[in-house]
Amino acid sequence: MSNIKLSLRGLSKSYGNNTVLQNITLDIAEGSVVTLIGPSGSGKSTLLRCLNLLEPIDDGAIFLDDIDISVPGLDANPIRRRIGMVFQNFNLFPHMSVMENIILSPTRTLGIDKSIARAKAIELLERFGLGDKAHSYPDQLSGGQQQRVAIVRALAIEPEVLLLDEITSSLDPELVGEVLDVVRELKAAGMTLVLATHEMGFARDTSDVVCVLDGGHIIEQGPPSQVFTAPQSERAQQFLQSIINSGRL
Amino acid sequence: MATTTSRRAAYEQKRKRRSIAVATVSSLIVVAAIVLLVPKMPRWDRVRHSFFNGERFWDSMPRLLHAFVLDVKIFAWCAPLILILAMLVAMARNSRSSALFPLRALTIAYTDIMRGVPVILWIYLIGFGVPGLGMDRPWNSPLIWGSVALVLTYASYVAEVFRAGIESVHESQRAAARSLGLSNWQTMRFVVIPQAVRRVVPPLMNDLVSLQKDVALVSLIGPIEILRQAGIDKSKFANFTPFIGAAVIFLCITIPLTRTTDYLVERERRRTTGTRVR
Repeated sequence: MSNIKLSLRGLSKSYGNNTVLQNITLDIAEGSVVTLIGPSGSGKSTLLRCLNLLEPIDDGAIFLDDIDISVPGLDANPIRRRIGMVFQNFNLFPHMSVMENIILSPTRTLGIDKSIARAKAIELLERFGLGDKAHSYPDQLSGGQQQRVAIVRALAIEPEVLLLDEITSSLDPELVGEVLDVVRELKAAGMTLVLATHEMGFARDTSDVVCVLDGGHIIEQGPPSQVFTAPQSERAQQFLQSIINSGRL
Repeated sequence: MATTTSRRAAYEQKRKRRSIAVATVSSLIVVAAIVLLVPKMPRWDRVRHSFFNGERFWDSMPRLLHAFVLDVKIFAWCAPLILILAMLVAMARNSRSSALFPLRALTIAYTDIMRGVPVILWIYLIGFGVPGLGMDRPWNSPLIWGSVALVLTYASYVAEVFRAGIESVHESQRAAARSLGLSNWQTMRFVVIPQAVRRVVPPLMNDLVSLQKDVALVSLIGPIEILRQAGIDKSKFANFTPFIGAAVIFLCITIPLTRTTDYLVERERRRTTGTRVR
């Protein structure tokens, strides 16, 4: 058994009276791919935002390498540099070129020399087929290219865990493949990945662990072979049946 | 295909020719009406003599230009101070920490009070009031306190412009910046404010052009700048033409200023965006 990188213990979160996450307990092993699936509004995105400390949690704890990172009042910035995040709508900075987007955090928060950060950015861009886009602006790129730039930007701070929040959901169908290829490559390179997705085929083929969320609970958790073929809970069965019926698996 | 024009191009060309024709004819009619009708007014000769007197115009021009240097100076030291103060106020007002509540309340009171009173009144109150405290030279100069009044009032207007710009930057931009490990301040400095400022350049220029003109109000508490100089010339020669001269000098500054900003905004837009919707 490999090391546990990220451990969630009884995590709960609510907005006023609306409970969005309830007693989430989950261990994420180093180098594994954990996929969150479930209907819209089931809490997948909120869970990822909590892991990135963008949202404070109400109860429970999050451990990164056995250190509690959910302590109230903790300086979140150094932790966020260890846990990268990519968003559904790319969220690139439109006033900066691709290169400036990528080197912003390395140069400003890690104090890396500009020329070194640039060289590394070029290396990453070439690795993901974007070598000629360094001087373009986000609005001049296709959705797939923008999302790959967003991934490169997150990778540039060398995170230990990468959170991917429905990163193909706002892409045209023909552009989804190029972004999923990037995710497969990251998995092959041994990156720890936590992703929320609606791409069921991809979830089945790429994940080590699949979690089905519904109403803020994890209602099913296990290897994809088990979750997709023999789900235990009735609601997970219903959810998977609806996916199969709509032809998405 | 290269030699024949497409159906669409032919249609657009026809439409363009027609709109140019309509615009030309209507403009000519308006100009002709002014040129032909105004001189028919009963006292046109006297107005022409006292407002559009060529000799008086050229005679007062050197004095007006000399006085205008003071306007430019006041503008030059007020504008940067206004931008800095306004940005600080806007940021304080947008701060989210609950510890900064008193600061937020203070900035709200500041903008409400400064914007709610005419600029001219602040110039009188601060320009005459503060020197009355009996400070030594140069701190009793109406020039300094008139400028302070301009800075305080204009900063309250410009702060609201900046605030609108900051609030227009989508929350997801902050989330992306924070997720990269940037601090709250770095997020503002590198992500939010650059986008906010780009978006508000047109209204910002509006306020700066307005400031360039309102600088003349400082003359009401003493300093001899262009408006006051024009007034002196008017009294000396019993002729209003110096005011026309002053107006011309203002236009010579404000029009190029506006056109240049339009050009810069357009260039920035073209540099960072893809195709444009027609």
